[in-house]
Amino acid sequence: MKNRIRRGKTGKEEYALQVEGIGSRRFAPMLALPFSVYMLIFIAAPLVLIVLYSVCVDPPGDMSFTLSHFKRFFDFENPVYLQVLWRSFYIAVISTAICLLIGYPMAYILSRMRPTVRNILSVLFILPMWMNFLLRTYAWMSLLENTGLINTFLTAIGLPTMNIMYTQWAVVLGNVYNFLPFMILPIYNVLVKIDPAVVEAAQDLGANGRRVFTKIILPLSVPGVISGISMTFMPAITTFVISKLLGGGQYTLIGDLIEKQYKVTGDWGFGSVMSVIIMVLILLCMNLMPSSSRDHAGGGLL
Amino acid sequence: MQKELIRLENVVKNFGSTEILKGINLYINDSEFLTILGPSGCGKTTTLRIIGGFETPTSGRVWFDGRNITQVPPHKRQVNTVFQKYALFMHMNVYENVAFGLKLKKTPREEVDRRVHAMLDLVNLNGYGSRDAASLSGGEQQRVAIARALINRPKVLLLDEPLGALDLKLRKEMQLELKNMQKQLGITFIYVTHDQEEALTMSDTVVVMNHGVIQQIGTPIDIYNEPKNAFVADFIGQSNIISGTMLRDLEVEFEDRQFPCVDSGFGERTPVDVVVRPEDVQLVEPARGQLTGVVESVLFKGVHYEMVVDTGSFKWLVQSTVAAPAGSETGLFIAPDAIHIMKKGGVV
Amino acid sequence: MRKHPLLRGLSCFYSVIIFAFLYAPIVVLIVFSFNTLKSRGKWGGFTLDWYRSLFENDTIMSALSNTLTIALLSSTIAILVGTLAAIGIFFMGKRLRRLHMNIAYLPVLNADIVTGISLLLAFSVLGIRLGYVSLLLAHITFNIPYVILSVMPKLQQLEWHTYEAALDLGAPPVKAFCKAVLPEIMPGIVTGFLLAFTLSIDDFVISYFTAGPGVSTLSVTIYTMARKGIKPEINALSAILFVVVLALLLIINFRNNAAQQRKENQPTFLRKEEK
Repeated sequence: MKNRIRRGKTGKEEYALQVEGIGSRRFAPMLALPFSVYMLIFIAAPLVLIVLYSVCVDPPGDMSFTLSHFKRFFDFENPVYLQVLWRSFYIAVISTAICLLIGYPMAYILSRMRPTVRNILSVLFILPMWMNFLLRTYAWMSLLENTGLINTFLTAIGLPTMNIMYTQWAVVLGNVYNFLPFMILPIYNVLVKIDPAVVEAAQDLGANGRRVFTKIILPLSVPGVISGISMTFMPAITTFVISKLLGGGQYTLIGDLIEKQYKVTGDWGFGSVMSVIIMVLILLCMNLMPSSSRDHAGGGLL
Repeated sequence: MQKELIRLENVVKNFGSTEILKGINLYINDSEFLTILGPSGCGKTTTLRIIGGFETPTSGRVWFDGRNITQVPPHKRQVNTVFQKYALFMHMNVYENVAFGLKLKKTPREEVDRRVHAMLDLVNLNGYGSRDAASLSGGEQQRVAIARALINRPKVLLLDEPLGALDLKLRKEMQLELKNMQKQLGITFIYVTHDQEEALTMSDTVVVMNHGVIQQIGTPIDIYNEPKNAFVADFIGQSNIISGTMLRDLEVEFEDRQFPCVDSGFGERTPVDVVVRPEDVQLVEPARGQLTGVVESVLFKGVHYEMVVDTGSFKWLVQSTVAAPAGSETGLFIAPDAIHIMKKGGVV
Repeated sequence: MRKHPLLRGLSCFYSVIIFAFLYAPIVVLIVFSFNTLKSRGKWGGFTLDWYRSLFENDTIMSALSNTLTIALLSSTIAILVGTLAAIGIFFMGKRLRRLHMNIAYLPVLNADIVTGISLLLAFSVLGIRLGYVSLLLAHITFNIPYVILSVMPKLQQLEWHTYEAALDLGAPPVKAFCKAVLPEIMPGIVTGFLLAFTLSIDDFVISYFTAGPGVSTLSVTIYTMARKGIKPEINALSAILFVVVLALLLIINFRNNAAQQRKENQPTFLRKEEK
């Protein structure tokens, strides 16, 4: 790819000509038709359906309009559901913060390594993700249990045991473990692309190591940090697997609640309300983020 | 008399609301080297792409050898193109690139082999067959692009600024080679460029375009010596263009002075553009000059000096083999046949 | 920048800790797949029994075959629909393009749980019974956007004149596309396929909501088991999968390196000077 001729000075205008010139401009967009139909049925319509169900009495049976599901969620006298939302939120925040604290230095160290070494290591970061995440989470149960491997080891060397299994810290640990690579990789991808000449210029102008980092590297890595945060925070706030397995179901999160409405109680209206709330939260987060960081989301996994 | 091969009839092309070509009428003879010359955005590339079949005109017709080919898709035209940035198939080697057209026609292997090698010979790329297209230098890619386009034995070869990406020395070499190739093959070349020097050296016919309108068609000598309007005069070589008034036949007034000239038929007291080539302005002693001015700057250009002489109301560009020192006062003399009179506004 | 030896040591230590954290559970899984005891905490001795019984366990084997066939089918369909869509969207007008891209981004940005239940609702409205077909449709849904996102950049980098050159040399449009455009965007399609395949194999949340009774994927099976206690056969299976993935990655890396080497070993006069 490196050797391909660049499009060079071809301006916007000329590029438009060039594309127009394929001569099939009128025909080519039709190629997207299967996708357009598919996405209408399976992406757009289902989301509309969630919103619709959230304001129906008992979907899909009784479809009359009601706000009772929303009132039930936003019940300020008995705020059980708001508490769950708040708990999901702060566990996600703590998990994301820990991921950032651990992940940034790792990404930085990785980016300063020789290219051959760092390429191999970055593959090693991705490798665990290729293994089923339920299994990996399950393995943590073996490690964390009161009579698990870590405590066996601690006892063997004469230290007191720690009992974090089925606490919210176990949930945090599960989140950090599962989502750490999503924090490290976007930051790493940004850090390796920083032009060494910029760093050298700063040094040349008299900046010491610490100032080079705070004034140059840190600001330049912000897009990576932002996409890292969004790629960690979003799955963390909606998880229900980790809280079930490592939290023992004692720390209900919003994800657990939603899952329960659909899989156990069958209250689709109420479940849809919480899905709508999650969607709104995500939309808010997307809007708070600079749009450039969107491009990093999902990328860099392969 | 030469045979007409291609004719564009009232060709109009719009992209969205912008009119790129505003009614082009042009015929191209068999085995001539025709250059379409103009600044970027003038519609020259679009004209070429209409001939190649990559664009369909919004209105108007394209004739090829007496046949209307306006709606014929590119793969069915007897025309081949050398693209601006060569557009080689980067995933193929040189041989595969050149053989592409023949293989599509299911030509027998031996013939493909023979003709590819003959083509590589023609463009001086003997022994390059197994190289990756991506590994070639700009000049080599250029030659492959030419060989690839010529192997189908087209009646017309279209070249879209093919030398634009090469350095000056290589460009000069390729100009000569292309011209020789065209003579040797005896086919029509339609060449698009914004480089006026390139156009003047290589072409039999030059078509000057601007803003989607043909400004002038002629031999290089005609275009240079007898520009039809101020745009052509300015675009081809350098010119002094100054507003004046045609007093009567054979007399024009500019810079508040009357000059004898050789043009007539403009009527009396008509505002006109006066064009004088810088090499036609002679430096004389102040007393003998039709105009006097102060030499503002002097640049040595190799064969000649290039000076700017300020008369107070106009800055004249003067080329001369003798220099007047900067700051000195000098006279200017313009011979009657050096004064070209053009209608105002550059309309043809 | 020069590095202080102490800093170097610290960096190394830190990296080792992080990797230990990431790989500890995997090592535990693999080690315990050879354990004679069913317990997940105690070591009883070495055995290969679980590997044998794995292949006799119908629940796991059918879940495995579902997972693999759904991954293969959904990513194949996704690259067909997705590549065509990417080309179509590329040639769309600005407004239509933005609309399509925004909708393509939805499953990527949205929480899996929301995508999952939205599909569940759609299937119930459309009267599609939850089972193999619903799973397949769900996987195609979240795979297509990733294919579009991997192919689109390749289209943007493409030198479209090569397509015109192929037309110019006599190739009809479809053939010209296959000869000139397809090879150039192939890396994007391959990336899209691999991405879709991995996501499909790894997916739990969406499958959980769209799988029906009797049909489940590996993830869903593991989840159901995990709450009752995972059978050691699953450990054995995950060990096998891990080794397979590792081997694949090594092969890919090795091949890339070999290709690199071949290029570098070319005689210098054949090499293009870097611009």
